[in-house]
Amino acid sequence: MTDAMVRLVDHVVIRFAGDSGDGMQLVGSRFTAETARLGNDLATLPSYPAEIRAPAGTLSGVSSFQIHFADQAVRTPGESPDVLVALNPAALKANLADVRLGGLIIVDAAEFTPRNLAKAGYADSPLSDGSLQDYQVEAFDLTRLALEAAQPYGLGRKQAARVKNMVALGLLTWLYSRSTEPTEDYLNDRFADQPDLRQANLAAFQAGIACGESSEAFAVRYEVAPAPMPPGQYRQISGNRALAMGLVTGAHLAGLPLFCGSYPITPASDILHELSGCKEHGVITFQAEDEIAGVGAALGASFAGHLGVTTTSGPGLALKMETIGLAVMMELPLVVVDVQRAGPSTGMPTKTEQSDLRQALWGRPGESPAVVLAAQSPSDCFDTAVEACRLAITYRTPVILLTDGYLGNGAEPWRLPDLTELPEIPTAWSQRPNGAAPDGSPRHLPYRRDPVTLIRDWAIPGTPGLEHRLGGLEKAVDGSISYDPANHDQMVRLREAKVAGVVRDLPDLAVDDPSGQAELLVLGWGSTHGPIAAAVARLRALGFDLARAHLRHLNPLPANLAQVLDGYGQIVVPELNLGQLAEMVRARTLTPVTSYSRVRGQPIGVRQLVGFLRDRLEGSEPDRAEGTPDRAEEELS
Amino acid sequence: MRGGLDLVPTSPQALRRADFTSSAEVRWCPGCGDYSILAALTGLLPELGVKRENVVIVSGIGCSSRLPYYVDTYGLHSIHGRAPAIASGIAITRPDLSVWVVSGDGDALSIGGNHLIHALRRNVNLNILLFNNRIYGLTKGQYSPTSEMGKVTGSSPVGSTDQPFNPVSLALGAEASFVARALDSDRAGLTEALRQAAQHRGAALVEIYQNCPIFNDGAYDSLKGPTSDQALIRLEQGRPIVFDDGRSCLIRDPSSGDLQVAAVDQVDPARILVHDATRPDPSLAFALSRLTDLSGQIRRCPIGLFRQVERPCYDDLVRQQVSWSAQPETRAAALSRWLAGPEPWTVD
Repeated sequence: MTDAMVRLVDHVVIRFAGDSGDGMQLVGSRFTAETARLGNDLATLPSYPAEIRAPAGTLSGVSSFQIHFADQAVRTPGESPDVLVALNPAALKANLADVRLGGLIIVDAAEFTPRNLAKAGYADSPLSDGSLQDYQVEAFDLTRLALEAAQPYGLGRKQAARVKNMVALGLLTWLYSRSTEPTEDYLNDRFADQPDLRQANLAAFQAGIACGESSEAFAVRYEVAPAPMPPGQYRQISGNRALAMGLVTGAHLAGLPLFCGSYPITPASDILHELSGCKEHGVITFQAEDEIAGVGAALGASFAGHLGVTTTSGPGLALKMETIGLAVMMELPLVVVDVQRAGPSTGMPTKTEQSDLRQALWGRPGESPAVVLAAQSPSDCFDTAVEACRLAITYRTPVILLTDGYLGNGAEPWRLPDLTELPEIPTAWSQRPNGAAPDGSPRHLPYRRDPVTLIRDWAIPGTPGLEHRLGGLEKAVDGSISYDPANHDQMVRLREAKVAGVVRDLPDLAVDDPSGQAELLVLGWGSTHGPIAAAVARLRALGFDLARAHLRHLNPLPANLAQVLDGYGQIVVPELNLGQLAEMVRARTLTPVTSYSRVRGQPIGVRQLVGFLRDRLEGSEPDRAEGTPDRAEEELS
Repeated sequence: MRGGLDLVPTSPQALRRADFTSSAEVRWCPGCGDYSILAALTGLLPELGVKRENVVIVSGIGCSSRLPYYVDTYGLHSIHGRAPAIASGIAITRPDLSVWVVSGDGDALSIGGNHLIHALRRNVNLNILLFNNRIYGLTKGQYSPTSEMGKVTGSSPVGSTDQPFNPVSLALGAEASFVARALDSDRAGLTEALRQAAQHRGAALVEIYQNCPIFNDGAYDSLKGPTSDQALIRLEQGRPIVFDDGRSCLIRDPSSGDLQVAAVDQVDPARILVHDATRPDPSLAFALSRLTDLSGQIRRCPIGLFRQVERPCYDDLVRQQVSWSAQPETRAAALSRWLAGPEPWTVD
């Protein structure tokens, strides 16, 4: 047995990759739980094959899970893995280009057979042809270790071989000095009723640990110290799950049952799944016949006094737009979640993008204002969803909440909220008539408004004496159809002013400018928050002054936006689109801004953004602000 | 089995038609069949004995879809074709409401066809009134999905080439638990169909033949007036199906099971088909629906209740799965547990 030296490192990126049947997501999530237990900050991102059952052993069947953990704040799941665990040749081939030079590659030697190599498109084994000389490659017979560990428990060969994922997990657990308890607890619980499987998995996990201890391969093992985090109770949370929890919490704060009408779509379906399991929280989910029915039923539920929400991705949002317009006209609460993906059309459903901003803001017929919000990180999906519910109910308005595939599937530690500290959301339904009919009899005037906020009086069915009709046709204050030019002019402006007036309820845009000397401001929105924060932190560590601000509210924009922009000579707007926010900011503030645009289906690369910003800070003239990255940059990524 | 109105609170005082008549000026064309349907509905609603504030009428787009404005209940004049979806959201969340959908042949069968069949399939507790005038009225006279083939309209100057839907057949094929057909001019029959629909727990489709005097006048003339009995086959529960002044009847071919029209005096009375809308198997109801003549002048048409069977109601099933504590503290505790998940950890 070697007594490996322990070396302290500040951050590590590990990618687990294998065939989609190899259980890589499970290994990743268990390693994450072990890491969270040690108090590291972390971020994770899974990557699934687009095909549900791609042929085993092929490049298209590779599934992976990446974790970035550190003794300090972690902003992104990381770009270049320090460690790649590749359980077959295809997993190696599909992921090798991302691994940092000199990184550690652990493979299952048993899988590098001529047949598997051929499936992955290798002519010769990369383990022996010298092509991996820039990396530290450690080949173990993980399959044999799994079979030996499982042998006493009577599993068939195929089933026994499947526990090799636990061998790999044990090895990494040892190498990074992780806590073994969460995985042991998990296996004991998961296979409580299947003692053979439980024992085989535990034995495989132990075999992986023993493999690390006894191997000559590792002269050092690593530790990552805990990151300073505010005290409290934490859990690991993905963006989609946090968003579902935020919706349920928002409805809870309003004292309303939640109704979610949705149609399955990648990458938003997990929100529907999560809400479908919330029956004890009063949540009704309606898997509709199409996107339109999903939002229609949600709007009906809101009319009836529930909180109606619908969840989708870009193509689905397009189908829902007419109904969102109806919600604008009827002035009813409606929360529409768009987990954006690469478009247009079907695009790349499993890949991320931020290209629905214009659609959310302006994709409806007529002057049709809606509140638009964007979440910034997986855990922030919770806060933004609560905020969406609050604004929808308070202002009787549709709210479009933008996240994306990167946020939805990514995960990070989340400090659990104290429900008693979250403010209640009053529904303030009308109980008595607020006006009179022409004959003087008491009557509910559905479009009578608060003179300051312009919020209309809302009565739900079942309230006696307040019967009224709403609909898509333009209305007078009493709810009757009106084609009067002056009335339409007034109503269009009232609806616009009501949504614009939400700004009174919003915090000013906060600027992160520690020195107060910065000339350059990086302005972002949504999921670019992590990469921008990481890039800005790196540049500050190099001695540069630069400021950073991030928009959560896209409509209305914070009141002080123009004033903030005025304070900086250069403004750079990084986005995963062709400059949609940049264009809006230019139009609204008449401020020149530089768009940094990426549409590769991936999060913004920190290294490339650092390079771009550094050029700007040093006064050189980068020539690819809005274009595609040049070849050298691509190869770097 | 519960009735359609069982969870809707009853009105302590008797209501009258005037209580359900809104102050909005009715603006359909003179002679429109919609007037008599509105009158049948506002006549029936007080008779149902439910609270006015617990009635909701949801419509789509089209001439018929203006109806909610004219009834003083809660109402929602929505967008084209989507009324069944919107009404589903209302019915699922509020079992204490009597929810009515008002739609036309274009609204329900063209742009909203998908929502209609799925509302029927799920058996949401809705009363769906399909005003079928076999033409697009509000857009000024294009052929609709129920117009006869060859119809000459603004958008089909040399005759339409579209095969029409038979709405009753469509509804039966979509697993509807209640399907009826009525005629705008037959106040008694129409009112009875609406009453049965309201009292049915589940999705009830009532196809109403409705005359459009402007763009498709006389579409149903063969079913009205002194000679109508030659064409109209009145379906009466438990009664032999006899029409044409007692001269014709329906029998089943013993080998194929097909329905056939026969002369009453040529068949053994025991062979005359006795109508039973409650048969679990929809085949016979479907066969009845196929007797409908879809040509321009309808020469034969069954009318009345085709099918009414007990089937679990979607919204009841959904609500049975959901629990929500009446105590906010209990709700908060359950929510906190869920937020924390199975593996929380503490940072001191």
